[in-house]
Amino acid sequence: MRKKNKISIEPKYIFVTCLVLCLVMILISYKYPEKVAPFKKAAGTVVTPMQNGINGIGRWLTSKNDLFASMKELQAENQALKDKVSSLSTENKTLRLEKYELDSLRELYKLDEEYAEYPKVAAHVKSKDTGNWFHVFDIDKGSNDGIKVGMNVMAGDGLVGIVTEVGHNYATVRSIIDDQSNVSAMFLKTTDTCNVKGNLELIDDGVIDLELIDKNAEIQKGYEVVTSRISDKYLPGILIGYVQDVNVDSNNLTQSGTLVPAVDFSSLDMVLVVTQLKESNY
Amino acid sequence: MKRYFIMLAVIVCSFILQSTVFQTLALSDIVPNLLIIITVSVGYMRGQKEAMGIGLTCGLLYDCIFGDYIGLYSIFYLTVGFLIGYSNLLYYKANYIVFGVFVALGDFLYNLLYYICCFLFRGRFHFFFYLKRIIIPEMIYTILISFLFYRFLQWLNEKIEQLEKKEG
Repeated sequence: MRKKNKISIEPKYIFVTCLVLCLVMILISYKYPEKVAPFKKAAGTVVTPMQNGINGIGRWLTSKNDLFASMKELQAENQALKDKVSSLSTENKTLRLEKYELDSLRELYKLDEEYAEYPKVAAHVKSKDTGNWFHVFDIDKGSNDGIKVGMNVMAGDGLVGIVTEVGHNYATVRSIIDDQSNVSAMFLKTTDTCNVKGNLELIDDGVIDLELIDKNAEIQKGYEVVTSRISDKYLPGILIGYVQDVNVDSNNLTQSGTLVPAVDFSSLDMVLVVTQLKESNY
Repeated sequence: MKRYFIMLAVIVCSFILQSTVFQTLALSDIVPNLLIIITVSVGYMRGQKEAMGIGLTCGLLYDCIFGDYIGLYSIFYLTVGFLIGYSNLLYYKANYIVFGVFVALGDFLYNLLYYICCFLFRGRFHFFFYLKRIIIPEMIYTILISFLFYRFLQWLNEKIEQLEKKEG
């Protein structure tokens, strides 16, 4: 009896109506991003504390688990670490030599500001994009901590990505290995500019695309790639990674290749947000 | 009315699980799609209309947290809910195999739409690479998880139905 009172609409009409509604929403959020920002912020504000809670439990469990790691493992690890220390100290020596050389060269080129220290804020990675297609993640600091859209994110001394969205207590970061990411970069040694582009097809090899290098640039494996000064989003001189290989394109005008990022994206936990914005944009 | 609140809670919980716990349980970088499992199971047990509602909610949540434009993921989940909702015609008594097949179909459909909208239009033509690297692994992982999840969802559905009967 109750059913008769209800007006029943065929599912396909509901489907089409919702579809049109979604399309309209996409258009609105494309045209006027600021209009939909409050909704996104509201959702983020609700979900973030819960995610933080679960992450807290996870960290606590891991720390407890680590306590019970067996003695043998620790001993083996100790031995391995000792070996590593000795190899690293040799490496350090060579690096120091190189740094000395670099310093003198830099003085020559007046590139002092290249590695200028930027002010940074540390943040935890809170959650990752739930899909498998993109590499976007959330951090647990937001506008309350002074984070703004467009700030660069680093880990260690390598570039991780850029802040694309900010809520009160969270911020969304698009990493440079994301398929939609594009970074204007240059080679530290030759100052030739290039373009670093994320590519899902290469992600398993641990590399990303390197494009639009001048044909005459002499690039070798292992060259450092840093963010360029002409980028309007990224601060200059942040290390992106090292060249793996470079080939001349079929158009015979440019070269392209692959680059190994300086940051290990598989185990990203703490990141540093550079609180200085590139100003040329405004 | 209660049904809507309970389902909303289930959706939010699984979204949070998916973005935190399951990221650490990822097998070769692939995370199962819990929201698809919910959408498909509702479609299978309750029919098209509810599946579309659930799909739309899942999609909007995803859009708000991770999407660039609100509405894109909603379309994916809505379409999956609508098409998989036809499976309700086959629902007589819960059958794991049939359910598994529909989860697989739903997940495949979702990823196919995703590929077309977000990758094909940007000139990424190696469909088979993406099929091998993302779509198939996600499908398998999602089916495995869905068997665990289905039990819980079915139990929940029965409980809600009992409640509704009492009220009605």
